[in-house]
Amino acid sequence: MTNTPDNAPKSAILSPQDAEARVRASMATRRNRETRFRMWGIAAIALSMCFLVTLFGTIMSKGIPGFFQYYVTLDVTLDRERLDPAGDLSDQSLFDGDARGLVRDALFSTLQVSGRSNRKAAGKLISLGSDERLRDYVRTHPEQLDSEQSLKFALDDDVDSFLRGFISRDTPESDRRINDKAIGFIDQLQEAGLISYEISDYLFFGSASRNAEMAGIKGAFIGSILTLAVCLSLAFPIGIASALYLEEFAPKNRLTEIIEININNLAAVPSVVFGILGLAIFINIFGLPRSIPLIGGMVLALMTLPTIIISSRAAIRAVPPSIRDGALGIGASKMQTTFHHVLPLALPGMLTGTIIGMAQALGETAPLLMIGMVAFIVDIPGSITDPGTVLPVQIFMWADFAERMFIQKTSSAIMVLLAFLVVMNSFAVWLRKKLERRW
Amino acid sequence: MDVRTLIFLVGVIGLSFYFLGRYRIVTQSAQAVQRPHSLLHYYGLYPFFLAIIPSCFIIAIMQVADGFVLSILIEQYLPADIRGGDEFNKTITLSRIENIASGVIFGSPEDWLIAAANKWLIWSERAQLTTTILAISSSILLGSYAYMKVNPGFRSRNAVEQIILVMMMFCSGVAILTTIGIIFSVIFESLRFFALVSPMEFLMGLTWNPQFEGAERAGSGQEGLATYGSVPLFAGTFLISAIALTVAVPVGLMAAIYLSEYASPRIRATVKPLMEILAGIPTVVYGFFAALTVAPLVRGAGESIGLTVASESALAAGLVMGIMIIPFVSSLSDDVINAVPQSLRDAALGLGSTRSEMTKQVVLPAALPGIVASVLLAVSRAVGETMIVVMAAGLAANLSANPLDAVTTVTAQIVTILVGDQEFESAKTLSAFALALTLIVITLVLNLIALQIVKKYREQYD
Repeated sequence: MTNTPDNAPKSAILSPQDAEARVRASMATRRNRETRFRMWGIAAIALSMCFLVTLFGTIMSKGIPGFFQYYVTLDVTLDRERLDPAGDLSDQSLFDGDARGLVRDALFSTLQVSGRSNRKAAGKLISLGSDERLRDYVRTHPEQLDSEQSLKFALDDDVDSFLRGFISRDTPESDRRINDKAIGFIDQLQEAGLISYEISDYLFFGSASRNAEMAGIKGAFIGSILTLAVCLSLAFPIGIASALYLEEFAPKNRLTEIIEININNLAAVPSVVFGILGLAIFINIFGLPRSIPLIGGMVLALMTLPTIIISSRAAIRAVPPSIRDGALGIGASKMQTTFHHVLPLALPGMLTGTIIGMAQALGETAPLLMIGMVAFIVDIPGSITDPGTVLPVQIFMWADFAERMFIQKTSSAIMVLLAFLVVMNSFAVWLRKKLERRW
Repeated sequence: MDVRTLIFLVGVIGLSFYFLGRYRIVTQSAQAVQRPHSLLHYYGLYPFFLAIIPSCFIIAIMQVADGFVLSILIEQYLPADIRGGDEFNKTITLSRIENIASGVIFGSPEDWLIAAANKWLIWSERAQLTTTILAISSSILLGSYAYMKVNPGFRSRNAVEQIILVMMMFCSGVAILTTIGIIFSVIFESLRFFALVSPMEFLMGLTWNPQFEGAERAGSGQEGLATYGSVPLFAGTFLISAIALTVAVPVGLMAAIYLSEYASPRIRATVKPLMEILAGIPTVVYGFFAALTVAPLVRGAGESIGLTVASESALAAGLVMGIMIIPFVSSLSDDVINAVPQSLRDAALGLGSTRSEMTKQVVLPAALPGIVASVLLAVSRAVGETMIVVMAAGLAANLSANPLDAVTTVTAQIVTILVGDQEFESAKTLSAFALALTLIVITLVLNLIALQIVKKYREQYD
C-alpha cells in the first residue's frame, strides 16, 4: 500500500529520499488508524462480553433470592378429631377435616389476636397452601397425631415481598398490597424469632400454581424430561439412519440432491412454523390431544432432525476411507462395513451433534405454545400422553404474572434451565474431546 | 387391547420368531451337513423384522385413521340441522359425543347424543379389535412365512440388508415428508383464507385488526369490521430486525475481525466459546430479559431526555434480539474471513501495509460475499424469531418507523392468534396460516440467496 499524497503529480518519479520522507510523515496517522481499528475490535468483544455478564448478572441477582422464601414456624396441635374425622387417614377424610382451621388457630394463638377483622388480617399472612402442607405432614407422620408440633409454613407472597423490602412501610396504606395491621403482626412474629428465610421447597417440589409462594417447577421439569425423551427416541435413530443412508448408500442422483437441499432448508425454517405443522397435522388431522409431551416431542424431533443429520454426516465423512476398504477387503458386506466399522467410529461426533440438538430442543418455546403446552396444568404428567408443560413455557407463563415474587421464581426457573443447558453442552464438548479420534 | 399391550405382544411374537429362526437354521444345517449362507443371527433377524415391521405400521395407521373413520360414521346419527350446518357446529358436536363416550358428561345431554355416544363406543371397540386382529395376524403370518423360508441355502443376509436399506431410505424421507407437511398445512389454510380475504387486501392493506371477527359472527349486521392488511406487521418485523442488525452486524463483524486477525490463539480459544454461549441461551430467556430489564431501561432513558417511549418499544426488543444474533454474525463471518487465503494477507503485509490496512483493503473485500451471506442469514434469523417479540414487543399493529413506538411482528401475531382456543373456520385463525406462509417464503428466499452466495464464493478460492 503506497500512500500517494493527492498533491503529488502522478507521473513524477519520486527520489528514494522523498518517498521515504513521505512514508515517514504518514506513519503517525497510519499507526493511529491501526490502534483505533484494533480498539474497535476489542470494544466489540468487550461489548458482547458485557452483554453476557449483564444478562447472567440480572438473571442471577433475581434468581438466587428466588431459591429462598420466608417461612413462619407455628406450634400446631395435631388434633385427631379435627384433622381426620373418619379416622382412617384417607384423602377424603383428611380433606373433610379442618387442617386449615388448625393452622389458623395456631397462628392466632401465637399472635394472640381476637376479633373478626384482626383474625381476617392475620389469616392472610400465611400461604393458602398451608392446609395441604399440614395434611401432607400428617400423612407421613401419623404417629404424631394428638401432639403439639412446631411446623413451618410458607408466608403469603405479599408478606414475602414486604420482608424482602419490595413493599415499603412509607407508602400510604391504601397503595400497598399489605395493610398496617398485617405489618404489625409481621413485626410481632419477627420479634418472636418465628420467621425464617430458607431454601424454598415449593420451587422444586411444587407444581404450577397461581399463588406465587406455592408455585414450583416440578411439573414443568418432568414435562421437559418426557418431551425430550420422545424427541430423542425419534430424532436420534431417524437422524442417524438418514445420515448413514445419505453418506454411504444413496446414489448420487436428483432425488438425493433434493433431499440434501431439503434438509438444509429445514434447518433454516423458523421454529414457530414447526409449531404450525404440529397444530395442523398432528392435532387437526391426526386428531391427537393437545398439550401432551408426545406431540411436543414429535414436533421438536422434526425441528432438531436437520441439526442431527448435518452433524452426523460430517462425522461420517471424517471416517477415513481406509477403514471401509479394510472391512470390505476382508469380506464384509457394505451394510456390515457401515454398521460394524463406520458407525462406531462416527458415533462420538453424532452424539455431540445430538446433544447440541437436544439442548436446542430443551430451550425451545414457540412451537410448544402452538400445540397447546401453554395450558395451566396443575397435575404432574405421569406419561407422555398426559397433558403437561415444559420449563421454557413455564418461564414464559410466569413472566406474564404481575406478582413481584413471580419475577424471582421465573429467574430461578431460568437458572435451572440454563444449568441444564450448560451441563448438556459441556458434556457434548467433553465427549468430543474425549472420544473423537483424529486421523 | 390397548396399544401398549399390543405393541408388547407384537414384540414378543417377533422375538420368538428370532429364536425359532435361529434354532431352525442350526438344526437344518446340522441335518443337511451344509454350511448356511449367512451368519446365524441373520436367519433370526429375517423373521423378526417381517413379524414386527408391518404390524407396527398397521398399528400406527389404525391409530391415526380410527378417529377419522369414526367421525364420518357417526355423522349419520346427527340430526339433520347439524349435519347440514356449518363445520364449526359439527366439530363441537363430535367432541361432545367423544366426551360422553369417554365418560365426561356435562349437564344432561339430549337422547340422540347419548345414542351417538353409544355407537361411538361400540365402533371404537370394533376398531380396536380390528387393529388387534390385523396386527397379530400379520405378525404371525409374515413371521411364519419368513420362518418357512429359512434353510441353509437361503441368502438371509441379503434379505435382511435389503430390509434395513429400505428402512433407512424411509428415515431419510422423513425430512421430505416434513417439508411437504409444512407446505400443505400452510398452503391449504392460506388458500381458504384468501377465499375470504383478497390477497391484495392482505398484501397491501395498511390496517391489521382481526379482533372484530366475533361481532361479525354473532350476526350484528356489521360486516368487514375485521381488516387483514399485513403491511404494519411486516413493517414492524423489519423495523425490529433493522434495529437488531444495527447492533449485531458492527459488533459481530468487528469481533470476528479481531478474533481472526489480531487475537492470540489463547484469547481466541476462550472468547469464541463465550460468544457462542449467547447463541445457546433460550430465546424465552432473552424475552424475559427484554421485557423486565431492557424495556424499563429504554423507557426510563427516553423519558429522562423528554421522549415519549412506549412501554413495549421496538427498540428494547430489537436491542435484545441484536444481542442474540451477534454470535451468528460473528461465527459465520469468522469462517469466511478465515477462508481468505493466507497468501493474500502475506502479499499485503509484504508491501508494507499495516494490519488494519490489510484487513480493510484486502481481506474484507475478498470475504465480502461471505459476509453478506452471513448478514442475510442473520436477517432471516431475526425475521423468524418469536419469543423475544412475543414477550417484549407489543400487539398493537402500528404502522410506524419510530423505534420508540410499540409495533408488532408477524411471528408475534401468529402466536397470539393460534395460542389457546381458536375459532374454527374464522378468517382470524386462517390469517395466521397466511402470515406463516409469507414468513416461510421470506426466510426461504433469504436462505437460498445466502447459500448461493456462499457456494459461489467457495468456488472462487477452492
